[in-house]
Amino acid sequence: MTTRILGPFNRVEGDLEVHLDIADGRVTAARVNSPLYRGFEEMLPGKHPLDALVIVPRICGICSVSQSAAAAAALRDLMGLTPPPNGRLAEYLVTACENLADHLTHFYLFFMPDFARLVYHERPWFAAVESRFKAVAGSAAADMLPARAEFMHLMGLMAGKWPHTLSLQPGGTARALEQADILRLVTVLRGFRRFLERHTFGDSLETVAGLDSLAALDRWRDGRRGDLAMFLTVSDDLALHDLGRATDRFLSHGAYGLFPAGVWDGGAGELDPGAIVEDVSHAWMAGDPLPPAEGLTRTLPDKADAYTWCKAPRYGGQVMETGALARQMLAGHPLIRELVAVHGGSVQARVLARLLELAIVVPEMERWARALTPGEPWCYHAELPDEGSGMGLVEAARGALGHWLSVRHGRIRNYQIIAPTTWNFSPRDAAGVPGALEQALAGMAVEAGDPMPVAVQHVVRSFDPCMVCTVH
Amino acid sequence: MPTNPLNLLWLQSGGCGGCTLSLLNAEQPHLFALLEEAGIHLLWHPSLSQESGAEALDILAACAEGRERLDILCVEGSIMTGPHGTGRFHMLSGTGRPMMSWVLDLAARARQVLAVGTCAAFGGITAGGGNPGGAVGLQYDGEHVGGLLGPQFRAASGLPVINVAGCPTHPGWVLDTLLALALRRFTENDLDPYNRPRLYADHLVHHGCPRNEFYEFKASAEKASDLGCMMENMGCKGTQAHADCNTRLWNGNGSCLRGGYACVSCTEPRFEEPGHPFAETPKVAGIPIGLPTDMPKAWFVALAALSKSATPKRVRENAVADHTVVVPVVRKTGLK
Repeated sequence: MTTRILGPFNRVEGDLEVHLDIADGRVTAARVNSPLYRGFEEMLPGKHPLDALVIVPRICGICSVSQSAAAAAALRDLMGLTPPPNGRLAEYLVTACENLADHLTHFYLFFMPDFARLVYHERPWFAAVESRFKAVAGSAAADMLPARAEFMHLMGLMAGKWPHTLSLQPGGTARALEQADILRLVTVLRGFRRFLERHTFGDSLETVAGLDSLAALDRWRDGRRGDLAMFLTVSDDLALHDLGRATDRFLSHGAYGLFPAGVWDGGAGELDPGAIVEDVSHAWMAGDPLPPAEGLTRTLPDKADAYTWCKAPRYGGQVMETGALARQMLAGHPLIRELVAVHGGSVQARVLARLLELAIVVPEMERWARALTPGEPWCYHAELPDEGSGMGLVEAARGALGHWLSVRHGRIRNYQIIAPTTWNFSPRDAAGVPGALEQALAGMAVEAGDPMPVAVQHVVRSFDPCMVCTVH
Repeated sequence: MPTNPLNLLWLQSGGCGGCTLSLLNAEQPHLFALLEEAGIHLLWHPSLSQESGAEALDILAACAEGRERLDILCVEGSIMTGPHGTGRFHMLSGTGRPMMSWVLDLAARARQVLAVGTCAAFGGITAGGGNPGGAVGLQYDGEHVGGLLGPQFRAASGLPVINVAGCPTHPGWVLDTLLALALRRFTENDLDPYNRPRLYADHLVHHGCPRNEFYEFKASAEKASDLGCMMENMGCKGTQAHADCNTRLWNGNGSCLRGGYACVSCTEPRFEEPGHPFAETPKVAGIPIGLPTDMPKAWFVALAALSKSATPKRVRENAVADHTVVVPVVRKTGLK
């Protein structure tokens, strides 16, 4: 058996190292190391509770608004506030903008460039994929970057800037829109729709969102131009539907009042946040398994048998996968359900679920924008209690994000965060059960001479990891 | 003199990656087009480049050993020196070496060194709350010169670390600085006292603030979503913070003030520990401690009292509403 250390993984958000044990050309065990520790959970105690709105978005530059939304939700829970309809819709729009922009960034800049690697130069699709998706130089980046930047004008309008906004508040949004703002918002969304329909899908968003079976997908893609069709060609040729299966247990906090919260374990069930526990047995952390509301963050850099700064969240003791695939499994998207029923959760299913969300959510954003009502309230207000606790569960692009906050004497007593990639890239737990990526990598065939097997990179990037959120 | 294209290497450490994500918001032209047109070649960037693993490490090693010319080193994120000075809070993956030590080697070879973002410049948000990770900036630790590289450090060009501070940085601040370097139009005279590029740091966030009429009359917001000036109650430091956020604008037409929230002075050293809740203005005897830059206190107090008493009803009422409740009167006599 040999052990190979893979890193740096670029085109993921943050730094990542993967250790693979390999015997007879197969991965026998994988260990995922999140190598950066900053200590946000140690910084927050003692601060004014509303200071969290400034500090936690800065955990992550790619999930910044999601971190904002989770903090606002936890404070809202603490304060017993319900935002007015405008405030709620504004939060949907701003979080959806970030999540969809992240899906776009993942597909075009992080994930697809791996198929432009020379290792694939004999594949029939290589020339087309290389010219479209090669990192920095490919034609897709030149199309996608302006479209992404213009879509982000929504943030300029509704959140001041991105990343790191303070617009989202416990009681709604600090940015009230007027008629002229809403008209510009509608125009921004039309522009983004135009880009997706022309370049990404080669068809209307409604048609893509309505693809309801593998057979329908096969019929639709026949002769289709566009970036999704190109991905499907590559995916079929490389059998990406057979690659990267993890536990097929999924967890979602629910998003936009559109996708429900829940857990999937052979069937959909209710989410019980009380079933979440963080284990630190293989992290450079001290302590016992604890629910996040009581969680503890104390580093122990010399701990034996530890190999990452990442804690291991478990749901009822189980490893869960989170992300767009989990959201669409729980939302009951028929194509995604069928894909997982036939092949299990795979590289292909994860990527397809993200692209489907672009097609599903943009039309919803258009509806939310038109439902905004100038002159009606945007933000409600309440006193902060001196004592209490709150929980904020939201969905970032890459999955379930939770904040657990408690306040004593008017100051933060404890603040714990479980980010999507904390779930997906967790290390082993006390029972020795590996995390989702670790399970997805185990059993993979790897070439003997390849120092950084490209299939491993596909699996890793298929989760759209955010390493700066993972450990925070 | 180096020849074009200039080789640029980008590293990320104790930060959030937000300055890179902000950079992707660059428009007209987009990021890759601007770099190409400026004659800047991206040797490697952790979020954007093709090369992974050993291929990427080869590029880093070639720069560190002087086999590859390193014209511009950009570091995003603070340097994690903890625990106990070991740098183990960020070991660069695949190398078993602290990022701290990679940055020391690479900075010694670079013709220019840019700290991209307030974390890389001064420690930033990562150095807040007791600084559990031992985060420092490249050449500053908060407002104190030093940091990882020390006060004497000069890049091969002779310049100190260029602190493109901001949390995050505006894409224009980074790209204007890179373009000025590429055009050989950037000298020590282009740096302010914290070594920030003066092209954005010679301005105040207050310049171009859309709430200016409220500021003039000291008609103040009292709660989130109010339209009034946020200096008196809401913790806004726009009259003191160095940046051109309200004239350059973000994501189209945005800025913090336009987004309905106070400036937290994210381009300044130690913004992360203001010594008061971010969203509250500290006051003594009802007067904000942090007065507008260059404004004598006695005049500020006198003018504030006068302008408050002169505040039109329209401005006073709109200041505490989330939309215009009293519109400017329409005069029927023609404007003179």
